[in-house]
Amino acid sequence: MSNAPAIVAAGTPIRRRPFGLLELAQRNRGVVVGLVFVGALFLIALVSPVISPHDPIATEPDNAYLPPLSPGHVLGTDELGRDQISRVLWGARVSLPVALVAVAVGLVGGGVLGMVSGYAGGLTDLLVMRVVDALLAFPALILAIALVAALGPNLRNAMIAIGIVAIPVYARLVRAVVLQLKQMEFVMATRSLGASPIRLIVRHLIPNLMNPILVQISLSAGFAILAEAVLSFLGLGAQPPTPDWGQMITTGRTFLPNDPWLAIVPGIAISITVYSFNLLGDSLRDALDPRLRS
Amino acid sequence: MTSYVLRRVLLMVPVAFLVTVGVFMLIHLSPGDPALIILGEDRTPQAVAQVHQEFGLDKPLYVQYLIWVGHIGHGDWGRSYTTHEPVFNAISDRLPATLELGIAALVWSLVVAIPLGTIAAVRRGSVADRVATGISVAGVSVPNFFIGIVLIYVLSVTARIFPFGGYVPITQDPWESLRHVILPAIALGTAGTAINMRFTRSSMIEVLNHDFIRTARAKGASWRRVVFVHALKNALIPVVTIVGLQIGGIIEGAVVTETVFTWPGVGRLAVESIFNRDYTVVQGVVLLAAFSYMLANLAVDLVYGWLDPRISYA
Repeated sequence: MSNAPAIVAAGTPIRRRPFGLLELAQRNRGVVVGLVFVGALFLIALVSPVISPHDPIATEPDNAYLPPLSPGHVLGTDELGRDQISRVLWGARVSLPVALVAVAVGLVGGGVLGMVSGYAGGLTDLLVMRVVDALLAFPALILAIALVAALGPNLRNAMIAIGIVAIPVYARLVRAVVLQLKQMEFVMATRSLGASPIRLIVRHLIPNLMNPILVQISLSAGFAILAEAVLSFLGLGAQPPTPDWGQMITTGRTFLPNDPWLAIVPGIAISITVYSFNLLGDSLRDALDPRLRS
Repeated sequence: MTSYVLRRVLLMVPVAFLVTVGVFMLIHLSPGDPALIILGEDRTPQAVAQVHQEFGLDKPLYVQYLIWVGHIGHGDWGRSYTTHEPVFNAISDRLPATLELGIAALVWSLVVAIPLGTIAAVRRGSVADRVATGISVAGVSVPNFFIGIVLIYVLSVTARIFPFGGYVPITQDPWESLRHVILPAIALGTAGTAINMRFTRSSMIEVLNHDFIRTARAKGASWRRVVFVHALKNALIPVVTIVGLQIGGIIEGAVVTETVFTWPGVGRLAVESIFNRDYTVVQGVVLLAAFSYMLANLAVDLVYGWLDPRISYA
C-alpha cells in the first residue's frame, strides 16, 4: 500500500478550512462518480436485509446449482442451494464494515503515532519512526497474513491485522503534515499566545490534516477490502457460512467448469467496490493537488 | 556517494533489528504451545518437556531471541514442526518456482505497460489514453486471484489452450514450463502492469515537455526516434524504482497466485504452513519476504541515485 498519493495531497498549500465536498466535486468529476459509487455500496450494505430476496445462509439442497436468471433466483444458487444475489448483497455488509474498522484502526493508531512523532520531535520522533519503518519493511499483505496466522484465522482478527498494516502509512502522512504545519506562522503565533498543545492539535493541526487524510482513507479502504478478500480467499478471514465475497470465490472456484458464476459474481462485486474507493481516492487527490488544478 | 551508501546501510540496522524482533514474536503471539503442535495427540508431560528443551522453549524470551537470531545468521532457520526438515531447505527448494513466476510476471507487466504508457503520454486525452488510464485504475482494483480464476475459466477450462495449474521447471522442459507459467504470470503481473503504465505515462509526459526534446526535434530527429530513444530512456528512470520494489514484493503476490494455480512456490508453502500451524516455516517465509523487500528498497535508492545524478546525497 503506497502512501505516495496522499503525500502529494499533503503538499497542497495549507488552508485553515478544509475543502467542502461540493467544492471538491466541482473540481473533479471523478469525485462525484466515486462518491456516487461508494454511497451506493453503503446503501446496499444498509438495506441488503430488506432488498435481498432470500436468507443468504438458508440452504435449499433441492435448488442447488441453479443457473443465473432462474425463476426466483436472478443470479442462480450455489452448491447448497443458497441464493447467490442475496449472498452477494449481504457480502457488502461484511466487506464494508471490515474496511471501516481497519481504516479506523490504521487512522487512530497511525494518527496518534504520527502526531506524537511530528509534534514532539527529537528522540521520540526517532524512536517512533524506526518502529514505523520496521512495519513498512514488511510487504503489506505478508504482514496481514502473518498477523492473522499468529492471532488465529477469523474475520475480527483479519480486521485488526489489516488495520495494523495501515498504521505506518497514516503515521508517516500525519507526521509529514505536522512537521510542515509546525513551521507555519499561524501555528507559531498560536503557540506564542499560550495555547496548550491539546488545543493546538485539536483546533489547528487536525483541521488542516483533513484533506490528505481524506484521500488516504479512501485509498486504504480500497486496500482493506482487497486485503480482506485475499485473507478470506485463503481461508484466513471470514469463515463459512458467512456470505463473504472472498470466501464465496474460494468455494465457487471448485465448481468453475460447470458453474463459473459462483466465483465470477462475487469477484465482480469485489472489483467494483475496490474500484469505487480507488476512483474516489485518486480523484480527491487530483482535486486537491495544486499542480493539477489549472 | 560512499558515505551515502554507508549511511543508508546503517539506517537499515535498527529497522532490521525491529523486523527480526517482530518476526520472532510471531511465534510467541500465536495461541497454543508449539510443543503440543509438534507432538500432536500422543503427548506426555515428559515428551512436552523434552520438546521444550529441544527447541529452547524453556529459556527466557530474550535468550530464545538471541539464540534464534544467531542461528539465522549462520543459515540455520530452524526446523519445520511438521516435516522436521530444515526451514532453510524447505524455502530454498520452493524458491526457484516462485522466482520463475515472479520474473515472468514482471516481464509481462513491462511488455504491456511501457508501450501502452508511452502511447497514452504521447497521445494525451485520446481514446488510447483514456483506455490506458481506465486499465491502470481497474488493474489495481481487480484482485489477482480473481484475474487468475477468470483466466483459468476462459483459457484453460473453456478454450483448453493452457493447463489450469501445476509447475514444470524450466530446466526440465522449457516449452511446457512456458505454457504453465503464462496464466499465473498474467494474474500476478496485472497489478504491476497498471502501476508501471501509470508511472510510464506520467513520467513520459514530464520528459516530453523538456527543452532537450524540442532541441532533438529541431535538429531533425524523427518524432518516433525522439519518443522512443531520447524521451523513453529518461522517462524510465522513475519506473526503475517502482519495478525494483515489485521485485522485492514478489513473494507477497505469489502467496495468492500460487494458491490459485497450485504452483509449488514459497507463497503456497507459507499458506500450507499456516494451516498446519507450522510456525517456524511461516516465520522463515515472513523473514525472507521482509528482508527481500528491505534490500529491494535499498537497491532502488542506490540505483536511482546512480541513474539520475541530479539526486543529492546530502
